[in-house]
Amino acid sequence: MTLEERRAWIRLAVAVAAYCAYVAVVLDSAGGRPLAEAGYAAALLWSVGASIAAAIVIEALTGASPRMSRVKDVRDREIGRLGDYVGQSFVVLGAVAAMLMAMAGWERFWIANVIYLCFAASAVLGNVTKVLVYRGRFPQW
Amino acid sequence: MVKPTRVTNRIRALRFARGEMTQAELADLIGVTRQTVIAIEQGRYSPSLEMAFQIAHVFKVPIDDVFQYPYSEEETK
Repeated sequence: MTLEERRAWIRLAVAVAAYCAYVAVVLDSAGGRPLAEAGYAAALLWSVGASIAAAIVIEALTGASPRMSRVKDVRDREIGRLGDYVGQSFVVLGAVAAMLMAMAGWERFWIANVIYLCFAASAVLGNVTKVLVYRGRFPQW
Repeated sequence: MVKPTRVTNRIRALRFARGEMTQAELADLIGVTRQTVIAIEQGRYSPSLEMAFQIAHVFKVPIDDVFQYPYSEEETK
C-alpha cells in the first residue's frame, strides 16, 4: 500500500465517521420535535472541523511503515485527480440543490444539511473511487 | 466507456533476464512506487509514454520489446 492509498482510506473512514456522528447528534437534539427545529449549526461546524483535524492527526500519527513507499508518483496523481473529479459531481449537485431550495424558501436547516450531505457524499465517493482504482484496474476511456 | 487496457508487457521476463531485478529496484530506477510497477506488470495500469521510455531505457531494449499492442484486423487495414 502506498502512502496515498492509505491517505484515501483514512479520509474515507473519517468522512463516514464524522457524518454519522453529526446525524446522531442532530437526531438526539431534536428529541422528538420536527428536525428543522433541532440545533444543528454547532454540531455541523464541529463535525467539519473535527473531521479535518482527525484526518491530519491520524495521517501524522500512523506515519509511513518501512515497507511503504513515500514516493508520490504519476499514478498516484492520476488516481487523485480521478477521485476528485468523481467526488466533485456531488459538490455541484449540493450547490444546485441549495440554490433551488433557497429560491423556493426552504428552511435554513434543510439548505445547510443538503449542502453538508453532498460534501460528505463527495468525500466518500471520491475516496471510494481512489481506493477501488488502487485495488483494481485504472479505467481507460 | 471504461474498458481494460490492451497493452501487454514483458517487464517481468525482462526483470528476470536482468539478474532477477526486484520490482522495488525497478521502481527506484524509474522514480515510482513499487505498487505502480506491480500494476503495470499486471496490466492494471498503462504507463505514460515517458515512463514507458524510462522502463525500456533501464532494460536497454527498444520500447516495443517491453510493451506490445495487439492490433485487431480492422485496425491494421
